[in-house]
Amino acid sequence: MRRRPHYLAGAGSLFWLFLVGLPLYVMLAATVRTRQDYAENGPVSIPDSFTLDNYTGAFDSGFGQYFFNTLVVTGCVIGIVLLLVPPLAYAIVRSRGRTTSAIFRLFLLGLAIPAQAVIVPMFYLISKAGLYDNLLGVILPTAAFCLPMSALILSGAMRDISPELYEAMAMDGASPRRMFFQLVLPLSRGGLSTIVVFSALQAWNGFLFPLVLTQSDSAKVVTLGLYNFQTEHGIDIPGLLGAVVLSMVPILLVYLFARRALVQGLMGVGGK
Amino acid sequence: MTTKTTSAPPAAGPRKGSRRRPPASSATKVGRPGFAWALPAAVFFALFAIVPLIMVAVLSFMSWDGLGSPEFVGMDNWSRLMDDPVMFQSVWLTLLLTVLGVVVQTPLSIVLGVWAAGHQRNRAVLSVIYFIPLLLSATAVSVLWRALLDPNFGIPAEATWLFGDGNLFGEQATAIGVLAFVSTWQFTPFHTLIYQGAARAVPQVLYQAAEIDGAGRYRQFFHITLPQLRNSMITSMILMIVGGLTTFETVLILTQGGPGTDTTISAYYMYDKAFKSFDFGAGSAIALALVVSATVISLIVVRVSGYDKMRSTMEGVS
Repeated sequence: MRRRPHYLAGAGSLFWLFLVGLPLYVMLAATVRTRQDYAENGPVSIPDSFTLDNYTGAFDSGFGQYFFNTLVVTGCVIGIVLLLVPPLAYAIVRSRGRTTSAIFRLFLLGLAIPAQAVIVPMFYLISKAGLYDNLLGVILPTAAFCLPMSALILSGAMRDISPELYEAMAMDGASPRRMFFQLVLPLSRGGLSTIVVFSALQAWNGFLFPLVLTQSDSAKVVTLGLYNFQTEHGIDIPGLLGAVVLSMVPILLVYLFARRALVQGLMGVGGK
Repeated sequence: MTTKTTSAPPAAGPRKGSRRRPPASSATKVGRPGFAWALPAAVFFALFAIVPLIMVAVLSFMSWDGLGSPEFVGMDNWSRLMDDPVMFQSVWLTLLLTVLGVVVQTPLSIVLGVWAAGHQRNRAVLSVIYFIPLLLSATAVSVLWRALLDPNFGIPAEATWLFGDGNLFGEQATAIGVLAFVSTWQFTPFHTLIYQGAARAVPQVLYQAAEIDGAGRYRQFFHITLPQLRNSMITSMILMIVGGLTTFETVLILTQGGPGTDTTISAYYMYDKAFKSFDFGAGSAIALALVVSATVISLIVVRVSGYDKMRSTMEGVS
C-alpha cells in the first residue's frame, strides 16, 4: 500500500508505544517484586527481588471464588446470546415483514441505551424477582445488553451469504428452518465466533450490574473483587497490580486465540 | 462502502438484480422466515432493557428509598434537581470530559489508524501491544492507573519535575486531566481500529492518481485519506460522545467524584443519589436525562452513518 514510511504516523505510533508500554512494564514488574522493593526503588526501576506472593495473595483474598463466579456469568451470557441472536439475525436478514424491521429498529435504538440509564429500575425488578445477590440476576441483564451489538455484528455477517444459495435451497422446497440449520449457521461461523468473543468480553469485564445487584462474597465477580481489593488494600500496590494482571489473563488468552474474530467484531462497529 | 459498489457495478449486480428474475423471485418468497424467529430475542430484550427504560421515566416522578414501595410525588425530584448546584456542575463536567475526549482521541486515533493500515515492518507485533488497553475492563484500567499515579509510591513521586507534589487527585484541574488521560489511554485503540478499517478501504487508485499529479505524502493525507475517513469520523465521534456521557467506573475508582464534588459527573451523581443516598427518585431523573441525551445522539448515528443500510462489516481486516 505505502512504499515510503509515513513519518508523522510513525512518530505518533512510537509515542503511543511509550504510553502503553511503560505502564504495562511497571505493572508486570511490580507484580513480581516485594512491596518493600517497589516502595524503595520506585515503580520504574528494574526489580531486584523476585516473588510470586502478589499472585498467591490475590487468591488468599478470595479471587478463586470470584473467578469461578465470573466464569459462570460469562458462560451463561454466551449461552443466552448464542440461543437468541442467530434466529434474530436470520430474521433481520431474510424476513421481509414489517414486524421484523420494527424489531430490528428496536435493537438499533437499543445500541444507545447505557446500562446506567436502567440501573435503578433494574435494581427494583431484580429485587422484586428475588434475584438480588444471585448470579442469575447479573446474567440476565448482562446478556440483554449484549444483544443489540451481537445482532448488528451477526446480521452483518449473514448478509454476506449469497442469495443464490437460498434460492437453490428454496427450489428444493427447503423450509426456513432447514435453511437456517443447513445453510445459515454453517456459513456464519465467523460471525458466530465474533459475537461469542464480544459477549465474553462484555460479561468478563462487566462492573455496574454486579456492583448494584450483588452484595455478598459468594456472588462477587472479578471486577468487583478488584474494586474491593483497591478500597481495602490500596497501599499494597504490588498486591493490587497482581490482582489486576490475574483479572486480565483469561481475556489475553481469548485474544491470542481469537484475535481475528475480536478485531473483526470491533471494526464492524465502524459502521462501514 | 458506497465507493466500492459504485466502482464495481457488475460485481454488485447479481445480488440486487436476482429478485427481478421471475422464477427466482417467486421461489425466494417461499423460504423466508417470519417474525417469530426474531420474537424470543425481542421479548428478552424488551423485558430487561425496554421495560426498565419505561420504568425509569415513571420512577423519576416517584419517591423511593429502595425498601418500601415507591410513592408518586409529581415534579418534586425534578424541581429539586433544578435547584441543585451539584447537578448543574455534573452536567458541565460531563460535557467537558466528553469534549476533551473527542478533541484528544480523534487526531491521535486517526494518526495511529492510518499508520496501522500501512505495511510497516513489526506492525503486527506493535499492534498487539497497542491494543492491550482495549481488552482490559474499565475497572482494571482504573485500578491500574490509580496505583500508577499514587502520590507516594507511584510514577509522580519519581518525576517531581513533571508532576510537582505528585498528588494529582487533590485538585480539580489535575483530577479532570487524569480522568481524560485514562479514558484516552483506554479507548484510543478502539477508535484506531475503526480508522484502520476505514483507511484500508480507501481505493488505491486515488493515491496512484495523486502520485501521478505529483502530490506529496501530506497532501495525499489531507486531500484523500482524511476526506475518505469522514463517515468513520462521524461514527467514532458519536461513539466517543455516548461513551463520554456514560463514563462511570473511571470516576468511581479514580476520584470517587472528588475532591469534594469536583469530578462528580452525571452518571456518578446518579449512582451516588440512588445507591448511596437512597434517593432513587432523583437518581431516576438523572438517569432519564442521560437516556434522552444518548438516544438523541444515537438517532443521529443511525441517520448520519447509515447503520440501518449497512451491507457488510467484513472489509479491511488483517
